[in-house]
Amino acid sequence: MTTEHNARVLDAKIPDGPIQEKWDKYRFDTKLVNPSNRRKYDIIVVGTGLAGAGAAATLGEQGYNVKAFTYNDSSRRAHSIGAQGGINAAKNYPNDNDSIFRLFYDTVKGGDYRSREANVYRLAQVSNEIIDQTVAQGAPYAREYGGLLDNRSFGGAQVSRTFYARGQTGQQLLLTAYQALARQVAAGSVELFTRTEMLDVVLKDGRAVGIVTRDLITGEIESHSAHAVVLATGGYSNVYFLSTNAMNCNGTAIWRAYRKGALFASPSFTQIHPTCIPVGDEFQSKLVLMSESLRNDGRIWVPAKAGDDRPPKDIPEDERDYYLERMYPAFGNLVPRDVASRAAMRMVQAGHGVGPLKNGVYLDFADAIGRLGRKTIEDRYGNLFEMYERITDENPYEVPMRIYPAPHYTMGGLWVDYNLETTIPGLFAAGEANFSDHGANRLGASALMQGLADGYFVLPATISSYLANWLNVPPVPTDDEVFVETEQELKERIDKFLSINGTHTVDYFHRKLGKVMIDECGMSRSREGLEKALEEIAEIKRDFWSDLRVLGTAESLNQSLERAGRVADFLELGELMVRDALDREESCGGHFRVEHVTEEGEAKRDDENFAFVSAWEWTGEDSPPIRHKEPLEFEYVPLSQRSYK
Amino acid sequence: MDVTLRVWRQPDSASEGGFVTYEANGVSADASFFEMLDMVNEELNDRGEEPIAFDSDCREGICGTCGVMIDGHPHGPQRGTATCQLHMRKFKDGDTIVIEPWRAEAFTVVRDLVVDRSPFDKIIQAGGYISVNVGAAPDAHDTLVPRPAAEASMDAASCIGCAACVAACPNGAANLFTAAKIAHLGLLPQGQPERYLRTVAMVETMEDYFGSCRNYGECETACPKSISIDVIAWMNRDYVAAQWKNFRKQGQQV
Repeated sequence: MTTEHNARVLDAKIPDGPIQEKWDKYRFDTKLVNPSNRRKYDIIVVGTGLAGAGAAATLGEQGYNVKAFTYNDSSRRAHSIGAQGGINAAKNYPNDNDSIFRLFYDTVKGGDYRSREANVYRLAQVSNEIIDQTVAQGAPYAREYGGLLDNRSFGGAQVSRTFYARGQTGQQLLLTAYQALARQVAAGSVELFTRTEMLDVVLKDGRAVGIVTRDLITGEIESHSAHAVVLATGGYSNVYFLSTNAMNCNGTAIWRAYRKGALFASPSFTQIHPTCIPVGDEFQSKLVLMSESLRNDGRIWVPAKAGDDRPPKDIPEDERDYYLERMYPAFGNLVPRDVASRAAMRMVQAGHGVGPLKNGVYLDFADAIGRLGRKTIEDRYGNLFEMYERITDENPYEVPMRIYPAPHYTMGGLWVDYNLETTIPGLFAAGEANFSDHGANRLGASALMQGLADGYFVLPATISSYLANWLNVPPVPTDDEVFVETEQELKERIDKFLSINGTHTVDYFHRKLGKVMIDECGMSRSREGLEKALEEIAEIKRDFWSDLRVLGTAESLNQSLERAGRVADFLELGELMVRDALDREESCGGHFRVEHVTEEGEAKRDDENFAFVSAWEWTGEDSPPIRHKEPLEFEYVPLSQRSYK
Repeated sequence: MDVTLRVWRQPDSASEGGFVTYEANGVSADASFFEMLDMVNEELNDRGEEPIAFDSDCREGICGTCGVMIDGHPHGPQRGTATCQLHMRKFKDGDTIVIEPWRAEAFTVVRDLVVDRSPFDKIIQAGGYISVNVGAAPDAHDTLVPRPAAEASMDAASCIGCAACVAACPNGAANLFTAAKIAHLGLLPQGQPERYLRTVAMVETMEDYFGSCRNYGECETACPKSISIDVIAWMNRDYVAAQWKNFRKQGQQV
């Protein structure tokens, strides 16, 4: 599948020196743009979640001219807002032996040794500054009675390092970033474009010079040029149709960048989150997450006897299997997400599933309510319990919650070097849109950390190394042929969607794709299944382009048309995920190939042959992509079989 | 269950709109309200009619993108619940359900059930933030926040900016939204340096776009996050105090 002789070895441009000193050394060595020259630069930031709003606001504060884009009606809506449980930092306030090195170590190990040490160390270093910054911005974090910040625990760690604002941490952090951005909009340093979707990135002489967008209200196709383009457009879990992502989350921005030459790293590394409400009926439109923080106090169990369908309260203690506590005594209910998800899958497959469709496991708070009282549990998780009851019509204070894993986060994304620059000069990727920090599995409360690390601290510090080369060079004008041609191509593509006039809706095809992806490229993957998936996706894609029906016009708000473009890209992205999953003949983190398991049924890595990042290159519609490698070296966290026992 | 829908259809802001009746048959009581609308849209598309446009994103009640008027109630009949979290079990078989966009002087209908709420962003841009550049923050524990202040601030900060409060208000006032942000920041020690400037700027920007508050209290009833109108009283006191304090600070005459 891969054309080995064309494959390159990628240089991540990691600074020399001990890992503790790399980031400081980098910031001293890097090229700077002096404050009075910054106003000569235009920077485009696409996406206004934590990474995008954070980067746009910070670059604006520094004095650059920023244009920020979101397809939402306001920059306060991005899906960072959905994060519930918290954000990690190495403050060690609870005095439980935490440190920057431990946060780094836990994250590399949690990612099953498929992330880049230097990036992860930097992430752990800036984690503390994120807490300082967001407190100063007014994030109402949970406090102790003495007025100090409170912490709780998350999966994959034996320390309490997670800062939180009830079950709405993502909301509160996004709002602080939104407000920082609003301040820059008012100051005139950031121009904000809402309900404006980026449809393509534009290159001239091999570097990124701008983007082409569609105004979602008027349908107008417009070009925007800049000295650099930052994509902070989130992840692509909606390739599965049913996921915890918001309805509009999509992979179009990073996919268009990939088609223009940016390499796509680890596309098959997706996270299936263990604690979501199980799938109900076939009309379901999305899956809802129940925060991992619930595993602090909830105990996960299934009936010990397969097929036992007594109500949970009638199953005596000795006929219950608290399987995580049994299998992983050291971490118990707080094992990392990939481990917890697979364990739930095995229980359900073995016939221990609960609920009307036998597709869940219990998350039980009876012990915690008995120990701490209902009031404490209500304070900690009240809003989550309410949400659960609204959706399922069951009261989790009295009946155990039913949960099951669901697609949640994508560790894969555009390949970036230490500068967060993709393989296209001038094109940067931040937050979930890049691949860099979580390897094959992300630990809980680390997505908010990475989004804000990239947006507030890393990207604003690294982008000057590129910009400094273009001092006094004006941006490429938007009437240049590179823009005109791209606009033309996009108009033709939109006309194509509107003119197929087949028989099925966009969602019809999206559901079909999602089914193939979750069955064959979800929690467990096999060569046979993946090969079948390639054929099935090709067939869905063929049907999509011949039998799609999108009504309405291009010159108005047309939500079906918006979705058509996104699903067209998901069909291609899904295929690349399957190719990557086939190519990686090992199991690691969220990538679980049934051919590669340990005797205990855990993921079995092959460090000899696969201790590298796969970065894929687009070669055209009808030719297979080429897989390049970034070798991974583990100097500080020795490679070992992960154990949470 | 089978329900009849009377849905507001309007091609764009310049055109006249009107109600159109649709039948939604065989709806599961476990479906969410929007899943029911998704189903209707699939059928419309199959019949060659353009689907109903509505805003919806997270479907978890947290992003504030959604919100429609259901039988005259913003977000429908269930208290403390955004439209996306409303389920069909709250309706009865055979019900007729009237669905409209938010209606307020400050908001224009973009299409069908989609409205333009950008004046909310203008209020935040007027001062709904704490000015602290990235990199300039002191250590997190340099600022102690009494727990009751943190909790009260968080209660106000849980506003999702959906604008149900404006839609519910007979005057189309945005006082609950504005006050929630003023209280979130003004209750915290970090928010003190800009407190009175912020309050004045945000209140006056609000008044540029929205109607006046007359304490009907409809906003509190409609709020999907159950934010209390106490914050409005807090904002009003702060606004009066701000007049006085700002003059003193700036050495101006009345």
